[in-house]
Amino acid sequence: MSLFDYTLKELQEKLHNKEVSVTDLVEESYQRIEAVDGEVKAFLTLNKEQALKQAEELDAARGKESAALFGLPIGVKDNIVTKGLRTTCASQFLDNFTDPLYDATVVEKLADAKSVTIGKLNMDEFAMGSSNENSSYYATRNPWNTDYVPGGSSGGSAAAVAAGEVFFSLGSDTGGSIRQPAAFCGVVGLKPTYGRVSRFGLVAFASSLDQIGPITRTVEDNAYLLEAISGHDTMDATSADVDVPKFTEALTGDVKGLKIAVPKEYLSEGVAPEVKEAVMSALRKYEDLGATWEEVSLPHSKYAVATYYLLASSEASANLARFDGVRYGVRTQNAETMLDMFKRSRSEGFGDEVKRRIMLGTFALSSGYYDAYYKKAQQVRTLIKNDFEQVLEDYDVIIGPTTPTPAFKVGEIVDDPLTMYANDILTIPVNLAGVPGISIPCGLSSDGLPIGLQIIGKHFDENTVYRTAHAFEQATDFHKQRPSLGGAQS
Amino acid sequence: MSRISKEEVKHVANLARLAISEEEADMFTKQLDDIITYAEQLNELDTADVEPTTHVLDLKNVMRKDEPRKWLEKEDVMNNAPDHKDGQFKVPSILE
Repeated sequence: MSLFDYTLKELQEKLHNKEVSVTDLVEESYQRIEAVDGEVKAFLTLNKEQALKQAEELDAARGKESAALFGLPIGVKDNIVTKGLRTTCASQFLDNFTDPLYDATVVEKLADAKSVTIGKLNMDEFAMGSSNENSSYYATRNPWNTDYVPGGSSGGSAAAVAAGEVFFSLGSDTGGSIRQPAAFCGVVGLKPTYGRVSRFGLVAFASSLDQIGPITRTVEDNAYLLEAISGHDTMDATSADVDVPKFTEALTGDVKGLKIAVPKEYLSEGVAPEVKEAVMSALRKYEDLGATWEEVSLPHSKYAVATYYLLASSEASANLARFDGVRYGVRTQNAETMLDMFKRSRSEGFGDEVKRRIMLGTFALSSGYYDAYYKKAQQVRTLIKNDFEQVLEDYDVIIGPTTPTPAFKVGEIVDDPLTMYANDILTIPVNLAGVPGISIPCGLSSDGLPIGLQIIGKHFDENTVYRTAHAFEQATDFHKQRPSLGGAQS
Repeated sequence: MSRISKEEVKHVANLARLAISEEEADMFTKQLDDIITYAEQLNELDTADVEPTTHVLDLKNVMRKDEPRKWLEKEDVMNNAPDHKDGQFKVPSILE
């Protein structure tokens, strides 16, 4: 049994009682990485020397210290800026960005909470992708079966938790990039309400959609991590000035009288039968627990993917203009003029998916096409957002699958952008509406791959999302299942 | 009918400051055409009276006090640059 099989509360108690040390936890993390990361490939950069030094300092304070995440090993997605620790966004453009000058706000908050950063996690380049195959370094593999993808773009963040390499991790979610890999890897991943967590220091992909969020083994641990990273931040003008509740206090285990909406569009023909069956079985469990559910409609769901790709790519084309080879990153050699330098640096530094989205966005924003594509997509976004608001007026949560299918094989759809995009059909609408959504494990496929249950709530009502997720977790054992990777796990 | 021509793809690449080869232009023309064709399903919806959503939160102009504060050291910033001289970023000639 791994130390990481304990919950946050259990580990904190063991640390407090000096049954284990922070150094034990940090060493366990690096030993596990040593043992399995050759297969999983979740990490891009390790922070070993610094982490062991920090562990020693924290060990000296054991028993007296009571910070929220004291001594717990965490992995951070590589698009979250870490002072003095290489931050690449899995892009060759930032291959040499070894000395970032500041910490993202969430990283400062982790430092305040006294977690220990183990390293930086692999991802699709600039968070653009659903399989981690767009990492310019190497593709992370699914710990449940390394022939399969871990999902993306936070594939490294989900795989590292599933493989027991870290206790928990941070990811980012623009169209499903936390929830989809959490579903594929059988862990718990939450995309908070837009504005709940500061985006300062998150390398921007699509600013109106991006959110940082926690990936953990259990719902309770997820709530603890969200408590630690949430809150208003003057460095992010879009962060919301709202109170941060104690999310963990919402975990009552009680869902009696809870009203669940199940969108018929989320269980339509594109959804694999065994995914549908796992969701139906979860709904029966909720009935047993005293909740009720009804079928509803989110009529504009089918337009979400097209809307998302126009809007996210448009925002990305503007955000990624900053990568010009002037202030940081890799510059091309021997350019004659500045324009030539910009173009060649970007062409050499970016992979195909990033180029494709920058060009799509540039096209959608360009003169003559703006109204037909960009503005049209913004209007459809309003319709999608209204669908959610209407349903959530009458229901407490919306439940459906996180993804239409379990994980697919590495290389299976990498050359087909539209099929890849369709993977996110059930997660994208949540970002467009800005509401919170979680993925929790709810079954295994016939191939032994995890299936994710998605629970969506009202703006800033993570409490109800967590309470609903936690009640299911308490009543089932899916979160206790572990991949047999490396043979060491129970 | 194709939605985007190879010439338009080259034009967009130039606007986006990307240098692409002929082969890449062919590949992106096909892929972008597929994606744009797919996106045109949005035209099934009448949105004449729908307000566009730029942002999901009801935020107005967000103001803060205009007070100087300490941020990064110039020397550290320069050290991250591919090329610099006398405390300034150095780039190839701007005029041809």
